[in-house]
Amino acid sequence: MSDNAPPKRPRRWMLYAPLGLAAAAGAGFYAMLQGLQDGSYDPRGVPSVLLGKPAPEFSLPALESVALPALAAEDLRGPLPGPVLVNFWASWCAPCIIEHPQLMRLSREGVAVYGINYKDRIPEAGAFLQRHGNPYRRLGRDEPGRTAIDWGVYGVPETYLLDRQGMIRWRWAGPITADTLENELRPLLRRYA
Amino acid sequence: MIGEIGHFALALGCILALVQAILPLIGAHRADARLMALASPLAGAQLIAIASAFGALLWAFAVNDTTVSNVVLNSHSQKPLLYKFSGAWGNHEGSMVLWVLILALCGGAVAGFGRDLPSALQARVIGILGLIAVGFLGFIIFTSNPFERVWPPPMDGQGLNPILQDPGLAFHPPMLYLGYVGYAVTFAFAVAALLEGRVDAAWGRWVRPWSLAAWSFLTLGIALGSWWAYYELGWGGYWFWDPVENASLLPWLIGTALLHSAIVVEKRESLKIWTVLLAILAFGMSLLGTFLVRSGVLNSVHAFANDPARGVFILALLMAYVAGALALFAWRAPKLGGTGIFAPISREGGLVLNNLLLCSIAAVVLVGTLWPMFADIMFGAKISVGAPFFNAATAPLAIPLVAAMAVGPLLAWKRADLAGALQRLWWVGALAVASAFLTLLVAGYHVLPALGFAAAAWLIGGATADLLDRIAAFRRPSQAWNRARGLPRAAWGSAIAHAGMGVTFAGLAGMGLATDTLVALKPGEATQLAGYEWRLERIRDVQGPNWSARRATVTVLDGGRVVTVLEPEKRFFPVGRMNTTEAAIHTNALRDLYAVLGDERDGGGVLRLHHNPLAPWIWFGAVIMALGGGLSLSDRRIRVSAPSRKAAAATA
Repeated sequence: MSDNAPPKRPRRWMLYAPLGLAAAAGAGFYAMLQGLQDGSYDPRGVPSVLLGKPAPEFSLPALESVALPALAAEDLRGPLPGPVLVNFWASWCAPCIIEHPQLMRLSREGVAVYGINYKDRIPEAGAFLQRHGNPYRRLGRDEPGRTAIDWGVYGVPETYLLDRQGMIRWRWAGPITADTLENELRPLLRRYA
Repeated sequence: MIGEIGHFALALGCILALVQAILPLIGAHRADARLMALASPLAGAQLIAIASAFGALLWAFAVNDTTVSNVVLNSHSQKPLLYKFSGAWGNHEGSMVLWVLILALCGGAVAGFGRDLPSALQARVIGILGLIAVGFLGFIIFTSNPFERVWPPPMDGQGLNPILQDPGLAFHPPMLYLGYVGYAVTFAFAVAALLEGRVDAAWGRWVRPWSLAAWSFLTLGIALGSWWAYYELGWGGYWFWDPVENASLLPWLIGTALLHSAIVVEKRESLKIWTVLLAILAFGMSLLGTFLVRSGVLNSVHAFANDPARGVFILALLMAYVAGALALFAWRAPKLGGTGIFAPISREGGLVLNNLLLCSIAAVVLVGTLWPMFADIMFGAKISVGAPFFNAATAPLAIPLVAAMAVGPLLAWKRADLAGALQRLWWVGALAVASAFLTLLVAGYHVLPALGFAAAAWLIGGATADLLDRIAAFRRPSQAWNRARGLPRAAWGSAIAHAGMGVTFAGLAGMGLATDTLVALKPGEATQLAGYEWRLERIRDVQGPNWSARRATVTVLDGGRVVTVLEPEKRFFPVGRMNTTEAAIHTNALRDLYAVLGDERDGGGVLRLHHNPLAPWIWFGAVIMALGGGLSLSDRRIRVSAPSRKAAAATA
């Protein structure tokens, strides 16, 4: 009927281990679901720790091959005349090419777009702006990438929106496509205008 | 009216499932034959009810009934009929109905094919399937009613996400669910065994076809999804270690382990506790995937629109079923007993190694998938675990697994001769080493592709060696044909499935040698990639049934001779205002030429061009694996059913 007694009895506690693990995972998942509801847990990846805070301290040199003023944290301190976009980019970054027409459009519409050129070479960065147009009012050169670390940049392109008080309100990791511009950015620009 | 019938059928199914969960289980407990006999008719009635509900949902989509909010949100009158149907299961509510339909089909199959099962075991299995159905039908009825009405009805629907309007994706969810839900049956067998306090060879023989069927469907489902990602998303990749992809890989890994350990239960009456645990975990992983996709706790391209209330409900179901089964396991598993001693060098020893490695890979994938979420909730740390981690962590486990895959089938049960097995594999080993060196010689210093080709040669050669050995092709060539015909289909199936894995490895290795380039071309301009000349001819407008597109024409030349004309598109779907990329792919089975159209500017366009050697082999290998599984399923020993359990018990 039943099997013979096993030669070595399995240790009983080991049979409870899967249950313990499952219970711990269940508790964790429950905490996540609670966090989703009260906003403390957000899987949509990229809530910047800077949201609702002013830009971190930095001062970047200008790009020598382009006749644009340099960029420092002082330029982002409120009160500002309108909302400001800070865009991290590089000439070696393919998605930056996709994003560029949208930045050009915003710039033509009078939105202040500030650029931070990330880990780039001077001639290439200049050639990029010559070829695709310059949307930036100010441009800082972050060759060592320190400023990008302080901002918590994932990679280029990445864009931040600051309101008139100089508070960071929005962060977008990845290119601003035409879709992002219409559905995400424009409502925010209207809101913080 | 049809919608109300569907809704009513769901409610009826839920009540039937509740009865199906209670009466047969009581009957089995009290050894009451009348109550146990209710199990099969109840499972049949449940199947009819759920099939009616699913039919009603299909009907609502087919006639574009805009009073049903699910149709409004996911369909449109202008959509081709196939995508109207696939729209029915391309959303959260509809896919849950498909899920319970497949569960009901499984219940019906256990009732129909399981007449030779001991009646108590059959009653318990059907009862537990009913218990699972109650939970998910309750979930649908209380949180995700697919027949919700809207009044006044809008003029037309809002359309299905255009990315999902694709033949590959129309069949991806049903295949995947057949796999996921198939593991509900092995789960039910495991729980039934725990309730009975007994696992024997007959049990192993019963579990094997179910795990084989679920595994084959899951293999096809994963391959279909990966193939779709390859040709539709236009990133040129086939596997992204996305959390949701991992969620489908986990039950596959555990299910593969289950498939092999069930053989040990059947042949050697050993590894019983372990096999029961694997059966519980395989379904647990399926449910975990369902939870991850539908609760909103993770961010993925695959995730459904989410609602935290649903998340809590699914979590409650997940915990009730998995934690419930694991608690039962902790309590009852000692009764199953009987982990016999066996020699490490033996068929069963090899299968244990297979199980250890597969489960280690599953553990790595599970931790890598869940860790970012738990790090966030516990330490508030935002981290991401990506492809480099998974590749680096699984490769060291995959190498010994592949090495053992060819040797294992050549080992005898109980006590085997490893040296003899290796001796019979010497030419396969030589072939593998030669493939690696040849790769390095031809393609340059690429270690992983070289290893991949070695693995492919080792697996395909190993499967061939196994078959040649079994039919004694060299020892008694005159009788080889007769022996081949007499060989059980299960033996053919396993050799074919192992060889299929080898084909997939060849594809993966080939993709490791893929090259691509991103160029901006004006019409008439050309670029070079992988020895081909790619010339952009023109970019023009085209009209489809429910989209308009920009289509580029790219001529690919090899030394002046036209190889193919690729026409990648960027489609725009006015309903839903969305763009999709349609990659153009030309394959000759040995390599894919792959082109994607990007942005246009100054009269030219940005093109992404890929040369992907052996890419189709990845999915072709998966099809071979599933075929092997199917062949194994058709084995006479499985079809004719196990010897009655009484006989097995009497001899024990």
